[in-house]
Amino acid sequence: MRVMAQMGMVMNLDKCIGCHTCSVTCKQAWTNRAGTEYVWFNNVETRPGQGYPRRYEDQEKWRGGWVRTRRGRLTLRGGNRFRKLLTIFASPVQPELEDYYEPWTYDYKALIEAPLGDDFPVARPKSLITGEDTKITWSANWDDDLGGASEMGHLDPIVEAVNAARGEANEKIRFEFEKTFMFYLPRICEHCLNPSCMASCPSGAIYKRAEDGIVLVDQDRCRGWRQCITGCPYKKIYFNHKSGKAEKCTFCYPRIEVGIPTVCSETCVGRLRYLGLFLYDVDKVTAAASVEDEKDLYEAQLDLLLDPNDPAVIRAAKEQGIPDDWLDAARRSPVYALAKVYKVALPLHPEYRTMPMVWYVPPLSPIVDLLAKQGHDAEDRDTLFGAIDALRIPVDYLAELFTAGDTEVVTRVLQRLAAMRAYMRDVTLDREPDAGIPASVGLTEESMRAMYRLMAIAKYEERYVIPTVSALDHQQKAHELEELACSLDYDEGPGMYGSAAFGEASGRPAPVAVETFQALRQRQTSGAETSSSSLRGRVNLLNWDGNGSPEGLFPEAHGGDE
Amino acid sequence: MDVVLWGVLPYLTLALLIGGTIWRYRFDKFGWTTRSSQLYESRLLRIGSPLFHVGILFVVVGHVGGLIVPESLTDALGISENLYHFNALFFGSIAGFCTLAGIAILIYRRRRTGPVFMATTKNDKLMYVILVAAIVLGLWTTVVSIGAGHAAHNYRESVSPWFRSIFWLHPDVESMAAAPIQFHIHTLVGMVLFAIWPFTRLVHAFTAPLHYLFRPYIVYRSRDEVAGSAATRASRPGWAPVGTADRDHQPREGR
Repeated sequence: MRVMAQMGMVMNLDKCIGCHTCSVTCKQAWTNRAGTEYVWFNNVETRPGQGYPRRYEDQEKWRGGWVRTRRGRLTLRGGNRFRKLLTIFASPVQPELEDYYEPWTYDYKALIEAPLGDDFPVARPKSLITGEDTKITWSANWDDDLGGASEMGHLDPIVEAVNAARGEANEKIRFEFEKTFMFYLPRICEHCLNPSCMASCPSGAIYKRAEDGIVLVDQDRCRGWRQCITGCPYKKIYFNHKSGKAEKCTFCYPRIEVGIPTVCSETCVGRLRYLGLFLYDVDKVTAAASVEDEKDLYEAQLDLLLDPNDPAVIRAAKEQGIPDDWLDAARRSPVYALAKVYKVALPLHPEYRTMPMVWYVPPLSPIVDLLAKQGHDAEDRDTLFGAIDALRIPVDYLAELFTAGDTEVVTRVLQRLAAMRAYMRDVTLDREPDAGIPASVGLTEESMRAMYRLMAIAKYEERYVIPTVSALDHQQKAHELEELACSLDYDEGPGMYGSAAFGEASGRPAPVAVETFQALRQRQTSGAETSSSSLRGRVNLLNWDGNGSPEGLFPEAHGGDE
Repeated sequence: MDVVLWGVLPYLTLALLIGGTIWRYRFDKFGWTTRSSQLYESRLLRIGSPLFHVGILFVVVGHVGGLIVPESLTDALGISENLYHFNALFFGSIAGFCTLAGIAILIYRRRRTGPVFMATTKNDKLMYVILVAAIVLGLWTTVVSIGAGHAAHNYRESVSPWFRSIFWLHPDVESMAAAPIQFHIHTLVGMVLFAIWPFTRLVHAFTAPLHYLFRPYIVYRSRDEVAGSAATRASRPGWAPVGTADRDHQPREGR
């Protein structure tokens, strides 16, 4: 057993109101740059819908993820290594800009500078790619809230899959107003345990961090061969057309490292995201990803996750150098609880065999909404339980998303969620709670209340349990002392070539860190005057606490009094 | 004059090629990329790019064979001059014309597809001129040789010994000077191409990812040690603001 730690996320889809705040704040933080105008590390899709990029789930076309060969081994759906190298000069199935959308802005200047006249000036849309006038025809969420679903709904690959599975005789998914349903699906990079983007990268530039499992692209080693874009079945690797490099969601690693949640989690108004650690057995990942039946992949993935309370796991983890702080965080991990203990979180598209580590609590809301519309009491257990089975379309649809089509698992999860609603309604209305309800879904009353607490009222510290890297650093103190010497490479040292020997796409990047967060907290709580040494001769006014006037706040006076 | 052209220039070229590559690898790894434009357009790219790249790989193989393998070796193997000559011209012209057709498609695409043309830098344009010149001039030597038939100049007695002698640090200026003018011009343009190579997008050829065949699929790496506190960061490449022509009338840097 080789234990590794993995940062994971769970999103509770019942709470998502589709406000796109996560997308917007993520874009502001990471992709509001030239070359990434069309890039959304986080996007929110309305399902049913085509998604972003359009129809990315159609792997017959886009060739992402892994497939199991007849001999039981895993190979990239896009082709083996030789094939990848042979087709490197023109990637065969790379999405084009029109599969995402052509980003645009508006000619706002025309509004201000138009001469006086009879007509209102108009801000024309301008393409951010060519700068020319453009016609807006698509965007990252063009079919938001089922916009255009009556005409384009059938283009959703999941709708196609469900309809194909149900055959001619049974009721198919249609988009008549009365019969339709919808929910939101926020997506980020899955930070998979068995990432196919990484396996597709000819340069070996994509790597998984050994400490926390975050998947990153080394911008210095990426050569723009763009095979990863095909390789990722979620299409969550993007090509920066300005720098010629692949970019992806970073799980906000500079924030995670210092113990603060990702931007998308922090700003989520529905508080539907949970962050925490998984411990998993890295030696078993390939075997788990290669199980024969796609429907067993969810169970196989669950089996990879190790119980952080198991003494044997703790011993093995310590042997691997995982510090106590991290093990403690793993024990308090909300994502482990939702995925493995309560078993209400499911991975997105396990059939891609990448072992994704962003999990989803499937939404009960389409069913509840439909029941309410029909005039039923949607919180009643028997009504709900019956409806989950009767309203097969949402369950089929969810199963295609989360369990490779296994409706049993989804039904079980939805029943748990329904049971929790029914049980807690009795509690909050001061009625005698029915102990039979938790028992009917395999939970005790205690664990059902704990699950309710985690899903309904968990506070910031309970939703985001993020161990910092300083715990790791303490453990490697000795090593660090030896390596202190190379700070010259950064921060305007002689090794720092900030800009542009070859225009804007050149030069060396400096490492990122949100050290200010810790520094700020320390200064705010210490009460002492800010010392110039901690500010390194500069002043960031946002961090200035008003205590004294740190050196560098005012320009140095030259030649005495003026 | 001959000494400058065939005795000094080759070493300047080598110095620029090797020194420039080391310098760029050291200081501009972020700029070391293919700068693929497939995102903008892929219909023409899918024809032109493989045609060009496969063509040029065969051209490289042909040059290595012609310049490095001494005539005495092929003689010893029993390959007659006529047979060698026929093969070199036959396969050489096929590869050469594939390359030329490929780059013609690529340049047409670059000019006619708006976004691709927008993403073309001055550096790229200069590189294209020299690259096309080298290819056309190379084909010219081949065509002249075909036209001359048996009387064609045997470059393996002039250019090749000179090429090898460069690396013995004892350039054989006389043999090269004896070669016909078309070889001279092709060689000169070739040297210019290699001299600017490290400073253009052509560098991506030096990191052809052959090690992909041997590395494990999944790569684990430890977190980078952050040296010192990076409380404030210098602005860095890849973080230029979004913009359009209406906002900034000047052409953006790097265009």
